[in-house]
Amino acid sequence: MNVATRDAYGRALVELGKKYPDLVVLDADLAKSTKTADFAKVFPERFFDMGIAEQNMMGTAAGLALAGKIPCASTFAVFATGRAFDQIRNSIAYPGLNVKIIATHAGITVGEDGASHQSVEDIALMRALPNMTVIVPADATETGKAVAAAVVHEGPVYIRLGRPAVPVLFDENYRFRLGRAEILRRGPDAAIFATGIMVYEALKAAETLAGRGVDVTVVNIHTIKPLDVETISSLAMKTGAVVTAEEHSIIGGLGSAVAEALAERCPVPLVRVGIRDRFGESGKPGELLEAFGLTASHIVEAVDLVLQRRVCGK
Amino acid sequence: MPSSQEELLQDLEKKARVIRSDIIRMVAEAGSGHPGGSLSAAEIVTVLYFHVMRIRPDEPDWPDRDRFVLSKGHAAPLLYAVLAERGYFPAEELITLRKLGSRLQGHPAFGKLPGIEASTGSLGQGLSISLGIALAGKIDHRDYRVYALLGDGENEEGQVWEAAMAAAHYRVDNLTAILDYNGLQIDGPVADVLSPLPLPEKWRSFGWEVREVDGHSFEELLAAFEWAKGVHDRPSMIIAKTVKGKGVSFMENAVDWHGKAPDREQAEKALAELLAVPS
Repeated sequence: MNVATRDAYGRALVELGKKYPDLVVLDADLAKSTKTADFAKVFPERFFDMGIAEQNMMGTAAGLALAGKIPCASTFAVFATGRAFDQIRNSIAYPGLNVKIIATHAGITVGEDGASHQSVEDIALMRALPNMTVIVPADATETGKAVAAAVVHEGPVYIRLGRPAVPVLFDENYRFRLGRAEILRRGPDAAIFATGIMVYEALKAAETLAGRGVDVTVVNIHTIKPLDVETISSLAMKTGAVVTAEEHSIIGGLGSAVAEALAERCPVPLVRVGIRDRFGESGKPGELLEAFGLTASHIVEAVDLVLQRRVCGK
Repeated sequence: MPSSQEELLQDLEKKARVIRSDIIRMVAEAGSGHPGGSLSAAEIVTVLYFHVMRIRPDEPDWPDRDRFVLSKGHAAPLLYAVLAERGYFPAEELITLRKLGSRLQGHPAFGKLPGIEASTGSLGQGLSISLGIALAGKIDHRDYRVYALLGDGENEEGQVWEAAMAAAHYRVDNLTAILDYNGLQIDGPVADVLSPLPLPEKWRSFGWEVREVDGHSFEELLAAFEWAKGVHDRPSMIIAKTVKGKGVSFMENAVDWHGKAPDREQAEKALAELLAVPS
């Protein structure tokens, strides 16, 4: 079954709105797309459409947080983190305000709208900000739980969601733990650290590799910041070969975060699957993932490559 | 408490004088900072903190307090001086301005010092923050008011107009902005650098009630804030015509004193002028 993470977000907001009277939602003329319109219907007095003015939306969210509200501000990831970066930096992250920036339409799977709407650098931007927590859910179930966890968490949070319907990996019993890497499959030969929609691709890749006698560990890194450095370095040490996978630039995203952590703690051969320092383009999401090298078979190739490097190094 | 309008005006006058002196001392001691735009808004901020705003300096987080957001964050010395004078923190701390480990950061930092309502300094952001606080007050049916002080050059930031549009759209009549219209910015007169003029017409066309006053006249400021409380269904803007560097002869209307500290001799001269009893 496929469900878009933004649909799960819309549903989660309505539930959380009932539970938390201080929850307020802001959008920048994309409520139908980000699914905050679901919340607006049920709680019109706590919903603010701020129009096509993202900078003011982030500043207003900061003010609402200063007065004790829990604002969720939503728009497309490229506008949230790019257009309003300085407002997130100075009005929200620096004072450490309790604003949740929940952005949809991240990555190239936006599809036909093309590069202007495809954020390939939002994780990098948000990760560089002190005080900011960065979460990239892998499916609809995790999205609902991550949003709930973010609302309870005190401080600024960035949650990255997508546009298209994606496979549901977890059932309702799944427990989301902020800041913890979740090991989904264990194998001694290599470790794949994946985030967002690439978690599913990593699991598929692991199946393919298992068919060839290569048993890999697959880890869901839903929280990019704070990064679970303990789990990542211990698995790197155990397997001696690491692949990262993300629908984001290899500069500044999960691949960078893992490389930074391992370089200091436990350097092992590493191959990053991600967008290789280029902008996106128009196309169908599936075609784009193929063209940009973001599928299970690309992860398989990356594992093969990292295993060769491990042999070289020995 | 002053018993008459006369006494009130004298009291405010005295307070503004102390605050201006503090600004000079702090900036001179720090060796950097922004005296010009701090001095120009001294009466505005004095009248807010000593007469207009409903505040409890000993309970800075009181939920029903009126809020002041210094959108022109570089006037931090002014804000710190008035907060200390009003009893939010000891005045001895003023000389730590801009020093390592100080609560008095170069630009106001939320959470560091009691009475600082928002982190500002990157221009154009304070009005949006004020709008958010005002909206929260409306949702919660609290009757506090929010005051935001903007610079005139700050009107060149696009976000100011996003906020202006939104504040009028959401009819936040608990929000009053004050524009410190001293006519100068770092690169020269605002009219020459990138003119945001005419300001009253622009703000009116964005749906705000606008009143123009002499920003150094306590009487006019008092009347304007009273007027603002009576504005319903829309935000209010007080455009306060001021003189940059006001109160220090050699700083008045001098672009160079936007962001420069006086040396010892200049500071002494400035303090002598400020402390001279008016004839």
